[in-house]
Amino acid sequence: MLLTIRSLTKTFPGTKALDGVRFDLAAGEVHALLGENGAGKSTLIKCLTGAYRRDAGEIRLDGQAISPTSTSEAQELGIGTVYQEVNLLPNLTVAQNLTFGREPRRFGLVDGRAQKLAAQEMLRGYGLNIDVGRDLSSYSVAIQQIVAIARAVELSGKVLILDEPTASLDAAEVRMLFDVVRRLRDRGLGIVFVSHFLDQVFEITDRLTVLRNGQHVVTAETAGLDRLALIQHMLGRELEAVEAQGHADTSATQKPEMLTFTNMGRAGVIEPFDLSVRKGEVIGFAGLLGSGRTESAELLFGLRRAQTGTARDTEGPIAIDTPGNAIAAGFGFAPEDRKTDGIVADLSIRENIILALQARRGWARPLPRAEQDRLAAQYIASLDIRTSDAEKAIGDLSGGNQQKVVLARWLAMNPRFLILDEPTRGIDVGAHAEILKLIGKLTEGGMSVLIISSELDELVVAADRIIVVRDRRHVRELAGEALSADTILKAIAAEDAAPASEVAQ
Amino acid sequence: MIRSLRRVTPQLVTLMVLAALVSWFFPTFLQIEMSDGRLVGPVIDILKRGAPVAILAVGMTLVVATGGIDLSVGTVMAITGAVAASALVSGWGVPMALLLACGAGVIAGLWNGCLVAVLGIQPIVATLILMTAGRGIAQLITEGRILTFTDTGFSWLGSGSLLGIPVPTLLWLLTAVLVAALMRRTALGLLIEAVGINQRASALAGVNARGLIVVVYMASGLCAALAGIIATADIRGADANNAGLWLELDAILAVVIGGNSLLGGRFSIAAAVLGAMIIQTINTGILLAGFPSEYNLVIKAVLVLAILMIQSPHLANEWALIRMQAARRRAAREQEG
Repeated sequence: MLLTIRSLTKTFPGTKALDGVRFDLAAGEVHALLGENGAGKSTLIKCLTGAYRRDAGEIRLDGQAISPTSTSEAQELGIGTVYQEVNLLPNLTVAQNLTFGREPRRFGLVDGRAQKLAAQEMLRGYGLNIDVGRDLSSYSVAIQQIVAIARAVELSGKVLILDEPTASLDAAEVRMLFDVVRRLRDRGLGIVFVSHFLDQVFEITDRLTVLRNGQHVVTAETAGLDRLALIQHMLGRELEAVEAQGHADTSATQKPEMLTFTNMGRAGVIEPFDLSVRKGEVIGFAGLLGSGRTESAELLFGLRRAQTGTARDTEGPIAIDTPGNAIAAGFGFAPEDRKTDGIVADLSIRENIILALQARRGWARPLPRAEQDRLAAQYIASLDIRTSDAEKAIGDLSGGNQQKVVLARWLAMNPRFLILDEPTRGIDVGAHAEILKLIGKLTEGGMSVLIISSELDELVVAADRIIVVRDRRHVRELAGEALSADTILKAIAAEDAAPASEVAQ
Repeated sequence: MIRSLRRVTPQLVTLMVLAALVSWFFPTFLQIEMSDGRLVGPVIDILKRGAPVAILAVGMTLVVATGGIDLSVGTVMAITGAVAASALVSGWGVPMALLLACGAGVIAGLWNGCLVAVLGIQPIVATLILMTAGRGIAQLITEGRILTFTDTGFSWLGSGSLLGIPVPTLLWLLTAVLVAALMRRTALGLLIEAVGINQRASALAGVNARGLIVVVYMASGLCAALAGIIATADIRGADANNAGLWLELDAILAVVIGGNSLLGGRFSIAAAVLGAMIIQTINTGILLAGFPSEYNLVIKAVLVLAILMIQSPHLANEWALIRMQAARRRAAREQEG
């Protein structure tokens, strides 16, 4: 093995990002690293490239134990990385970029001719016919990507990590990139390929490893795995015992309709969709990362402005073009990325809880301190937020408790429609179950909830209805008997089948 | 109350140490006398001369709390001074001069705020535009001359006194108390802090982040106008080239000495105005201590560096570590003995 990783562990305050993960990379293979957001892919890569120091575990390159402390050290050891956003210097020429830091010199000055020759030499074998004297920015992202790869291979030469390299490429460019990847593989490099485009994973990789919640799930030959099985590995089937109960209660689907969204859409983000929400109903959005599930919710909350579509309640049209308006309409939104979009880290738990309420009241009518203290105490007790004190900064709490505070912020508003994007991401199992229980209690009180989740079993348990989102489209709605992890999986995985059936028609 | 007192303790201690230091060189430093019905003495002088920076620091604190910075305040002082002086020279009277000057400051702040919040330009660049262009605007208003006036009503704002206390002192105290009360008695302070710590999360919770950012720059502009009025009134003239020159840097320094993070978030106006007084104490103290004026800037830099080092959280950690190790070593030695 070229690269072996054993029991790699990395802990951040409140979460275990990697928990005893193993990973093997052979010379001359393309190995996919897969998993949903928060699975630990990027943490693994950062431990490998020296951006993070691991807490425990072992990394061996060519049998030698290594622990790089910086990306340049990793590069010298032979591990090079190319990111989605090309991190070269666009205002320098291709040749300058390729030889950056090691420019050929003559009498102490950079030798431009030798530099160009060296650059051309480096690019040989990549099938690129470009003028290395021109600025990097004058070429397409795909070519910049290949230049970045050429530089990384030149500097490192053993392991090449491609982190979402195809995210901003079109089909022809992807083909060009894959030609390069295959050539490098044949030269004996070990290539780690991170992507959430499963088609590309099946096309280019020899083996794949799936991570979930910081743990190693499976490593397998790509050819020996079908799409359904792969998605199953990625999304997980952990709550199997609970799932068996299914969702026999169909009463929610008979409740009166409260909100109707018609033809909501935005070009390049999500195709227009209709959605009706009944009082006290739990709706689930299922789909893979990047399918458009979060984007759909952002449209509903005015975080992204919808180009088309209208929203109505029983009394008439409502405006949801900005978060402020959506909040005024009685909506709430607990975002997926708690750290950057949810918590205000340096403020206290009390201040975080009252923030949305205070924003709605306006700055001139401050919530009396006694009322603030009462609300904080009430939600700390009712949501069982583990803290010594309501005045503690929220940033000091664990992930699960932070999530509860964000929930409390919205519950204090008493919304009629609450959107929860990945409410149980990155929180421990105990808090996980508590939050699911809480959702059930809220809907009994008449609140409607929209849950977005990668964990199918969680969705099946919590939701009355599930909408499957795929390729930026709402493709299926499942309810009642049809509501099971299997049917959702099949709907998500039906990617190839869809165009085929259209042809048949 | 106790909490806010604890917040400003480092600044108060610094002031006391500085006072002791200056008294060492200049024994009568703390002496205050009554003369012609007004208080006089080095301390009173500091409280008066520190007024422009203290008032700038009030507005700057709010801007910094949102994670921004306002480099244009010194220039805005020059503009508003020029506006007030030319209004007086034209014979429009004191109330009109004050109104126009304050209006000019608010418009300058609106311009900065829109560049930052609406166009999304980085604050340091956005306010740099007015910082450079503004002196030109002020020169256009004064037509390149130093506009002098004789209106005693207006100059009272810069050199008069009320109940024995210099008017500028009363003005900065009043500004600081009013703004601090506005921030803490309403929810403005909390909302500004929330925007400064996490703008995205705040906007998602329904806070009008853009509006708040525009408002803090306008507040900073208004404070600059007030400082400009005091500076102009004090010398009875508007000097477009020199009024408020480099004072934006002193204002930022005052905010930082006040322990406010330039990254935004939690802020204390009281600590910032104390910071301004620390700077003025250094300025006046160096002169009183009898150092030749060539030394002033260097000594000031050394003192500021010392103050910031003492406040540095990194050094505090190191210090705690050193003390812990020393204690451990002592314990080990005692065990051996």
